[in-house]
Amino acid sequence: AGGEILLRPAPPRQAAVSLKRRDGDRGAMRPRVTVRDALNQALDEELERDERVFLLGEEVAQYDGAYKVRGSSTPPSLRYGMGFTGIAVGAAMAGLRPVCEFMTFNFSMQAIDQVINSAAKTCYMSAGAIPVPIVFRGPNGASAGVAAQHSQCFAAWYGHCPGLKVVSPWSSEDAKGLLKASIRDDNPVVMLENELLYGVPFEMSEQAQSKDFVVPIGKAKIEREGTHVTLVAHSRPVGHCLEAASILAKEGVECEVINLRTIRPMDIETVEASVAKTNHLVTVEGGWPQFGVGAEICARIMEGSAFNYLDAPAVRVTGADVPMPYAKILEDNCIPQVKDIIFAVKKTLNI
Amino acid sequence: ASRVMVASRNYADFANEATFEIKPCDLHRLEEGPPTTAVLTREEGLHYYKTMQTIRRMELKSDQLYKQKIIRGFCHLYDGQEACCVGLEVAIKPTDHVITAYRAHGFTYARGVPVREILAELTGRKGGCVKGKGGSMHMYTKNFYGGNGIVGAQGQIFETYNMAALWKLPCIFICENNRYGMGTSVERAAASTDYYKRGDFIPGLRVDGMDVLCVREAAKFAAEYCRAGKGPIVMELQTYRYHGHSMSDPGISYRTREEIQEVRSKSDPITLLKDRMINNNLASVEELKEIDVAVRKEIEEAAQFATTDPEPPLEELGNHIYFNEPPFEVRGPNQWIKYKSLS
Repeated sequence: AGGEILLRPAPPRQAAVSLKRRDGDRGAMRPRVTVRDALNQALDEELERDERVFLLGEEVAQYDGAYKVRGSSTPPSLRYGMGFTGIAVGAAMAGLRPVCEFMTFNFSMQAIDQVINSAAKTCYMSAGAIPVPIVFRGPNGASAGVAAQHSQCFAAWYGHCPGLKVVSPWSSEDAKGLLKASIRDDNPVVMLENELLYGVPFEMSEQAQSKDFVVPIGKAKIEREGTHVTLVAHSRPVGHCLEAASILAKEGVECEVINLRTIRPMDIETVEASVAKTNHLVTVEGGWPQFGVGAEICARIMEGSAFNYLDAPAVRVTGADVPMPYAKILEDNCIPQVKDIIFAVKKTLNI
Repeated sequence: ASRVMVASRNYADFANEATFEIKPCDLHRLEEGPPTTAVLTREEGLHYYKTMQTIRRMELKSDQLYKQKIIRGFCHLYDGQEACCVGLEVAIKPTDHVITAYRAHGFTYARGVPVREILAELTGRKGGCVKGKGGSMHMYTKNFYGGNGIVGAQGQIFETYNMAALWKLPCIFICENNRYGMGTSVERAAASTDYYKRGDFIPGLRVDGMDVLCVREAAKFAAEYCRAGKGPIVMELQTYRYHGHSMSDPGISYRTREEIQEVRSKSDPITLLKDRMINNNLASVEELKEIDVAVRKEIEEAAQFATTDPEPPLEELGNHIYFNEPPFEVRGPNQWIKYKSLS
């Protein structure tokens, strides 16, 4: 194996706002683990399990990673570049299993040729002779006050490409299970994390504490059951959907909340089954509306059996169609908020 | 009878100018370099002093406002590096074009944006130099192209060097070498730390970036070189930042407090200039103190403005997507929320 591997545990972080306990969570030991710690657990376990796995990233060894998730250190002069991404892809082609961290996915645009042309397409171009078992991970989408060049969501960009798998965790279980699954997958996986979620603690089931716990790629999870409308989201907006669902429940509207978990290959069957039950669909995402995740969901619903079950057109809730402004009041209005989700639900239910 | 101490100096008591020895530059592919002496007039000295002091206090105020959570997001401070942007600005013309990376507040001020507009931009208010839409890393003005957040890909620099040399473009490539790339020292990051040589076929200078006169003379030299049609030139300014990489970096996990203290006591650019001026009778201690007081006042007033000015109106959200375009509609978080986009 190659690369420096730093065996220092991530420093304990102050937990941010805790989530309310979900209904039905009683009994068994359910520690609250932050997404950051869950990711570190996953990395620890996979590094131990398979000596071919190694970490490569920016500023990780001494700076503790830009967001305190650890890994080995690549010189920052290479940090935004084709350079270290190319090294990682080459290592994967040669038989290692790199986990390549971008400081944020905004920087991946500097290296995107390696991700798409070298990683995503090679298995296909070589008729299966050269697999590329690499994981690209890092924070994606809007943070808080980081302005236009640091706030873009890449779910649609990467989700567009055959040859890639693209996952987008929300909870700590998602983060841990999906990272482990991604590392074990023999294909290039893009894992879109969220900076604002790193410090958020979630309950981890006993199952999730096992070293062999994986969340299957390509399977969505129903976070909350409901009968009146289906809300589909990925990453941080899943939390907003659950909040909206709580508020709407008080008015007698029961939302079914689906956490996509994987963007590509998308589990449209779970969405279809839900729409067959609720007859209404609202998609929620942080990215821009045009050619986005919601657009894809709507197209697939139209193409499939679920179309016949819709009582109203599907509605998309997305980021505003502008580069992210800096000023707080403008930024707040560019990100889908709980109130926007509630509004969309009421519109589609015509209430 | 009581004695009254009168501290007054007749301005005729000051020297008009003084000549200083400055550190010679290391040269790459150059027969001659910038002069090793520099003449500083009293007027210039007071101007450089005031400008650097303004930048210093502005950055310290930004630190304060950030800790009070009035500034959000990214904030990369320039204190320690003042001689670089000031030395450059006084050596070039307002019609020359400047572009930089994210540590941009000093350049923004040097290029003519008032402190209040910089601070109001940092606090995200409508009086900010770009109406609150850009923030710390994205400030612009005439002939100043920011402020950029995603930088550095080495390959791109070499492509640029190639084209600039091939076409003899009048370009000065400046590297502010403050010894660290985020938290990694240059020795750990670069196969060669002689950045002024990295232009290879492009000549280069390595300059003492803590001495505003050194920077000025080197920048004048570089500008003349370009204007004479000789092509591009690389300038490495050896400088130092007192703060960490950004406000989320305390800056002491990869370097010692002693190192920072040492630079502050031996090489601070403002102190260097002050000592030179006082020791050569270009200004008095009191006079410089008065400038300090005036600067503090200006910064305080700017901070007042920056914390009381309202945020931009919501209508601003959709504007300036395109230039010179008829108005159109922009989609908000759902299809029923629309903003107008004006150019």
